[in-house]
Amino acid sequence: MIKIKAKDVDVFYGKKQALFNISLDIEENQVTALIGPSGCGKSTFLRCLNRMNDVIDICSVKGEILINDFNINDKGCDVVRLREKIGMVFQKPNPFPKTLYENVSYGPTIHGIAQSKQEMDEIVETSLKKAALWEEVKDRLHEPGTGLSGGQQQRLCIARAISVRPEVILMDEPCSALDPIATAQIEELIDELKKEHTIIIVTHSMAQAARVSQNTGFFHLGQLIEHGSTDKIFKNPDNKKTQDYITGRFG
Amino acid sequence: MNLILFTFIVLLGFTSYYFGRKKAYTIQSTKKRLTALPQFYGYYLAIWCAIPAFIIFSLWAIFEPTIVKLLILSDYSNQGYLDDELNLIYEKTKALSRGQFTGEITPFIEASAEKYLSLRSIAQSSKVVIVLSAIIASVAYAYKRISSNSRTREPVEKFLNAVLFTASLAAILTTVGIVFSLIFQTIDFFKVIPLFDFVFGTHWYPAKAFVRDSSEALDPTMYSDTFGAVPIFAGTFFIAFIAMCVAIPIGLMSGIYLAEYASYKVRQYAKPLIEILAGIPTVVYGFFAALTVGPFLKELGTSMGLEVSAESALAAGGVMGIMIIPFISSLSDDVITSVPQSLRDGSYAMGATKSETIKRVIFPAALPGIVGSILLGVSRAIGETMIVVMASGLAANLTLNPLESTSTITAQIVVILIGDQAFGDPKTQAAFALGMSLFLVTLCLNIVALRVVKKYREKYE
Repeated sequence: MIKIKAKDVDVFYGKKQALFNISLDIEENQVTALIGPSGCGKSTFLRCLNRMNDVIDICSVKGEILINDFNINDKGCDVVRLREKIGMVFQKPNPFPKTLYENVSYGPTIHGIAQSKQEMDEIVETSLKKAALWEEVKDRLHEPGTGLSGGQQQRLCIARAISVRPEVILMDEPCSALDPIATAQIEELIDELKKEHTIIIVTHSMAQAARVSQNTGFFHLGQLIEHGSTDKIFKNPDNKKTQDYITGRFG
Repeated sequence: MNLILFTFIVLLGFTSYYFGRKKAYTIQSTKKRLTALPQFYGYYLAIWCAIPAFIIFSLWAIFEPTIVKLLILSDYSNQGYLDDELNLIYEKTKALSRGQFTGEITPFIEASAEKYLSLRSIAQSSKVVIVLSAIIASVAYAYKRISSNSRTREPVEKFLNAVLFTASLAAILTTVGIVFSLIFQTIDFFKVIPLFDFVFGTHWYPAKAFVRDSSEALDPTMYSDTFGAVPIFAGTFFIAFIAMCVAIPIGLMSGIYLAEYASYKVRQYAKPLIEILAGIPTVVYGFFAALTVGPFLKELGTSMGLEVSAESALAAGGVMGIMIIPFISSLSDDVITSVPQSLRDGSYAMGATKSETIKRVIFPAALPGIVGSILLGVSRAIGETMIVVMASGLAANLTLNPLESTSTITAQIVVILIGDQAFGDPKTQAAFALGMSLFLVTLCLNIVALRVVKKYREKYE
């Protein structure tokens, strides 16, 4: 089933066009990886999906992005509700300078999800458990989130993202600042999370894309060169550029 | 004469720099590798020129007057003069030699004056000779020693280190000196006025001390109920409080607006405009408060049936608050801007609005810096003088009514030290005691500020 449908998306930074005519369908409850050399526009595309590009003054987005058949670039779209449905994890772990508990309860608080303290406790616990962090931090929920290790911080950010039960989670190179062990933990987590969430992950590591994703899109110079199932892209791509990139001949 | 000599030494320094570098180039041209860049050789020689000159100059400055005085007064020894009289004779001699002596000229003093002049000229010419020969000798010695493998970089770096150290030492020693002068005068003050009366007394009326005939003996009892500092401490904090009530909300909100809401263009123009406020001299704020705000408040109050003094604490505090706005706004703007963008992104991505992001994420992260800027504002408010002197009156009323006039520590120091003043008088020393208390208050404030900032920093990093 298709969760997100992007149609002819163009993105401009001022006068410079960063994305050209991107059309891409994202399958529900699967992991879609976006790969491509640096500066190819894959992060820009990712940020279109929860309208994070609004934050950048000079950035303008054209085209349709349908999520549950609703165009999020419509004027009537409520960005707050949109971002409640579509969570995001960033390249660098960015826990708030608050306690672990406050980090996770942040989303439920601003969206008014929990009715009582008890309910909030439950949300925090389940989110941390789903992020595979509960066992490590359950005794120090009221210590600063910034005191954790890099991998733990990233899992905290994932817990924060899933605390509002988003339908989609966007991950922008979530492992690029982590060591191999923490990376393996996050990848395992991604596999687990896809049961309940649709996941789109931008990554520089082709091995990672091959390991975690079911679908892959290859971006180059602001264009979507090819997309399809990960198996096909990695074993038998249609496009020569994709072939070259995946075999490491350029990029 | 000294100026010419000094210029000449500077020229010598440049010359030795030039020769040092030239010698280094010469060594380099023989394909030998130098231990340092050629200019280090130049600096090295210039330092060898500067150090002896500096040492001899300072020795001369210290010892020349003493030695000349000894030589002059040796003529008068064994004649039964007292020390004070000898000093007087020496002063007369000096004055006569400068042609500024107007009293009766005795042959003795005339002879001394001539001797003084000749001694001075001997000293001067010997100084020139000694300085120049010392410089030439040391530069020549250093020049000869320079070779391809002599160390020049390390001494030059060490010299620079020493110069910078001396500069910071001068700043520290000045501070220490000021503090000590405050302390000693304050101690003298408290010998006459009991500490208890000063700290807990509720009457501040130094004018009583103005009427004392300074030839009479000091009678501590006449000062009871004169130097009770409670009213002016209360006034100081009260006016500072009013000022912060104006400055904190406006400054903070404009800082947040500039950092988070204002577009690049607005920020580009608005920030310098706000900072212009900081450039207005406090005297200008003072007469703005005294001539515009004060009377306006009085009229406004009268029309509402309130009794408002023309020199009210409200006028002074309010204007002082306006003066402090740019500090708080500009500093908190900087602090908020320096909160990493990744935190904002994280919050926006959770669906938080701008105001939620600011309230829940950015403001707590920026809090240490904001607290710091506020405390900086408070110490400015407490130390501000001109506005208070002009706009809040000089009578030290003990009141918490912002519509009445009160006075502050700084204003009272001004009152006490304006016009003639006698050292050793409790009236004058009271100013030192006030200065000391002001210093202690700001010191505590700074310590608290540092503590707060440190504590929050531990929490948020």
